This record gives sequence, structure tokens and C-alpha cells, in this order.
Amino acid sequence: MAAGRGPARGPTGAAFERRGRAAAAMAEEALEDGRTARTLPSLRQLSRALPFARSHGRLGVSASGRLTVPALCSQESADPQQTAFALRKAWTLYSVTPLHRFRRSRLSDYARLLSAFIAAEKQKGLAVEVGVELDIKVALSSLAELRGSELDQAALLVQLSSRSRASSKNSEDKLVWSGWFCSMFGDELSENVPENFTCLPLFLTHGAESYTSLVGSWFQKTFDCCFRRLAISPLNLSWMVAMWAGYKLERAASAVELVFSMPCLSQPLDISYAIHPEDAKALWDTVQKTPGEITQGEVDVFMDCLYAHFHRHFKIHLSAAKLVKVSTGIASAHCDGIVKILHSQYLPGVLMLLTELAISQIQ
Amino acid sequence: MSVLRPFDKLPMLNSCALLLVGSDEAIQQKLAEAMLREKRSFNISIHLATSLPLPSERDHLRPRIDMVVFMIDIKSKYSLKNVETSLAYVDASFFLGKVCFLVTGVGRVNACSIETNAVCKLAEAYCSPVLFCELELEGIRAATAQRLLRMLQICAGHIPGVSALSFVSLMRNSNVD
Repeated sequence: MAAGRGPARGPTGAAFERRGRAAAAMAEEALEDGRTARTLPSLRQLSRALPFARSHGRLGVSASGRLTVPALCSQESADPQQTAFALRKAWTLYSVTPLHRFRRSRLSDYARLLSAFIAAEKQKGLAVEVGVELDIKVALSSLAELRGSELDQAALLVQLSSRSRASSKNSEDKLVWSGWFCSMFGDELSENVPENFTCLPLFLTHGAESYTSLVGSWFQKTFDCCFRRLAISPLNLSWMVAMWAGYKLERAASAVELVFSMPCLSQPLDISYAIHPEDAKALWDTVQKTPGEITQGEVDVFMDCLYAHFHRHFKIHLSAAKLVKVSTGIASAHCDGIVKILHSQYLPGVLMLLTELAISQIQ
Repeated sequence: MSVLRPFDKLPMLNSCALLLVGSDEAIQQKLAEAMLREKRSFNISIHLATSLPLPSERDHLRPRIDMVVFMIDIKSKYSLKNVETSLAYVDASFFLGKVCFLVTGVGRVNACSIETNAVCKLAEAYCSPVLFCELELEGIRAATAQRLLRMLQICAGHIPGVSALSFVSLMRNSNVD
């Protein structure tokens, strides 16, 4: 993008100036003030991944762009009940390497083995909860609709529910932890694996960390796979907010919010920048050239407009800060790898992005 | 006269001058100290700047700059924009091997805000080499300091038979050919 435009200007040159003014005009009335809030300091460890594993395009994108909003595999028979569990919960993301010798016919056996493993771990003294004695019941189920293309494996849902021994037999089981494996258009991974391997690169969990590690270690032992926490870089977060801000929502949605963390200060400082969703969509519509395709250049222009507007008002360069969290009416994502999806219509699109991130972390 | 030119001043005897341009001053300071700690047989002066053009009041006190290193932090889009605007104030003849792009912070791949493709394209456009490093680690900082010192020696003409122009030929991508 930088080459061929002359050395004295940024990659978008004149376009940037024009959009900056349009953004300022549109968002002037509706823009909420950026609020600053203090948070606790956090330690960042050096990540040990290869820094250039994804040098070819962002999120699997080739130099030109990519399509957006894919439909679920069998949209006609899609049962909203099946996907309802995934909405409005904060899921923690992991990437999983392919599972070896996983048989979908043996789900009940696996459930039994997993519950025995959890009971054994509790007896060993790794008590999950102190005090009340809890029986943990494990349920494994296959979700045939939650996949993108025919090559994808159907999603696998693991649910841990508890029934207190003290309560009566008729009491309901309480869901204490749920996690699901899924693959949404993860073709580039499933094409290259040999036989006997099942590719479900994305793992989402909701519940106590102790249960996550128990379930994870059982899967690692049984299927020889490897779990890694999936972090989302600010570059990917900006891509997500640009995509999600452009989606149309019927009723009034919540604001498009970006949270930045300012570096190198004695006390950590967070800046929250909220934009009216219609203004954000209007801005994205002026930036996007081809509907259905997004390029890195368009995302850069969109973010530059937002940064320029903020700088004009507050004289703070948000481009020097770290983008930590984005949230729109569709979904929200945190850089530690926590997402919340709010709209079932856009669930496949969000899952597709996350699957790509998981695959690029595995490779 | 705000443009930086490579040959508008006379060189000093047995000494080189390096200019580091980057938005993060703390990391510039660390790199400069690492370079000064290295053993060498010549005098070196390291100038730090957050952006170009350099203030013209003190221009007559500055020595001839032998090499310019533009530092880009992979965590900050602002540093890339800063470097891009500063590039306009460097004379074209500097880009014959006397300019180098240094990308820092590559150890934290989960915090990257800029695309490495964009940096590589920028470096290609300016025919200058790119070095990737993580200056927060002591060992890599020392190694980078040694590399830059060696490049600086060549740029200042202290190594007979090797000129700064050879850096351009080292950058050829074998895929392109």
C-alpha cells in the first residue's frame, strides 16, 4: 500500500484527509466523550510464537480481500435452539491441534470416561469446590448445524452439570461449565491432515478455570492434542471492529466501543471510546469499496479516521496506545481471548474469524 | 535546509555519527547505551530524535550523519506514521545504503498493531534493509547493537573495499529473481 504513492504521504494520502473531515462532521453530534478509567496493572509476558507466521495477509486474507457473512451449512434446517447456548455468554478462546482417533459414535463412552477422570482428580485432592459435595455429570453432544462447509467437522459440546448430594433427587442439574469445539470454514487445516485426525481448531469455554484445565488435560491425554490460549492482537481486533461496525442491525444496537490501554505510564490508564453505531456504519460504508470484500487498507482508513477524530478533540494519539477490547452490537472481543456473541445471524461470521485465528496459531 | 543530506559536511577523523529516529525515547536510549558499551576503535556519536526535521538552530554543531536508523515499534501504529512522515525530510541520496529500518517489539506477537507486510513494503519502496529485533531482551539488544555498529562503520567508509551500496545488493529477494 505504501509503495508507489510517493514518500511524503501515508499509504492513503488524500483519501485519509477527506474521510477525516467526513467522520468529524458525522460523529460530531452523536459522539460520546471518551471516558478514562483506572484499572489494575497487568503483567504481559513475552509471547513465544513465530512473529511472522501470518505475514501473508491478515486473517488468511490474500492481498486483495475476502468475503464476509457466510451462512451456516444447512441454513434452512438451522435450529435457533441449537445455537442459542452460544449467545450472550463470555467465551474464553483456545486453539486446539487436531484430535487423534476421535470417534463420534463413542460420545457416551467418552462422557463416562471424562466423569470418571474428574471424580478421580477430585479424590486425589484437587478439589474443585470446597465444602459441598458435588457430583459432576458430563454430557457430550454433537451439533450438526454448527459448521461452515461440508469439509468441516460438526461442533462438539461438552457440558458439566452438578447435582448436590444434599438436595433431593428431583432437583435440577445445574450447569457449572460448558465448552465446545468447533470449526467454521477451517478448510485449510482439514485439507492437510492425515486420516484418523479430527480438526476442530477452536475451543470456547465458559465456567471455572479449574474445570477447563481438567477437561483440557483429559482431552490432551486421550486424543494427543494440545490446547493453547488464543490471544487476539490489536491488529485483529481492529479488523473485527471494522467488519462488525459495518453490519446492519434492525433495532437500535449498543454503541461501538473501543477500549485502549495507554503504555508506559506510572499508573495504567484505560481510554474508552464510544461511537454511535449508525455513525460507525456510515463511516464504514464510505470506506468500503466492494460490498462483501474487505481489504487491510480499508480497515486502516477506518481506524485512522477514528484516531484522527479523537486526536482533534483530545490531542491524544490513540494509534500509540494498545487496543484492548472492542464491542459492537454484534459481538465483543477482548485481547486476552474472550468473546461474547450477541446476534445469532452473525454467529457463523464471527466463528469463521475465530477459527482462522485458531488455525494460524496452530500452524 | 531542513532536509538531511549525506555529504553536505566534512567528516571527522576516525569517528562516525548515527541518527536514531523513533517515537519511543526510552527504547532509543537503551539501544544507544548498548551501542556505546561495545568495544570499538573509533569515536561514535549517537543522536536521538523523535521525528524529522531536526531543529535547524543547532545544525552547525551537528557532525555529518553517516547512517539513519528509523525505529518502528510493532505495537504502535503511531510510530509507523511518525517514520513515514519523517522520511520526507531525508535526501534521496541517503537511501543508497545509509538508511536502515529497525522494527522493535517483535517478541510480543500478540500485541502487534501493524502488519509486517506494510513495513516490508515500505522498506522495499525505499531500497533499505529492515532489521527485526526485540530490544527488551538484553542478549538481542547487544546483538542488534553490534550489527548496527558494523553497518555504521561501513556507512562511514571505515572498512576499505566495502561501501554502503553493498547493502542494497544484499536485499535482493531470491523469490523475485
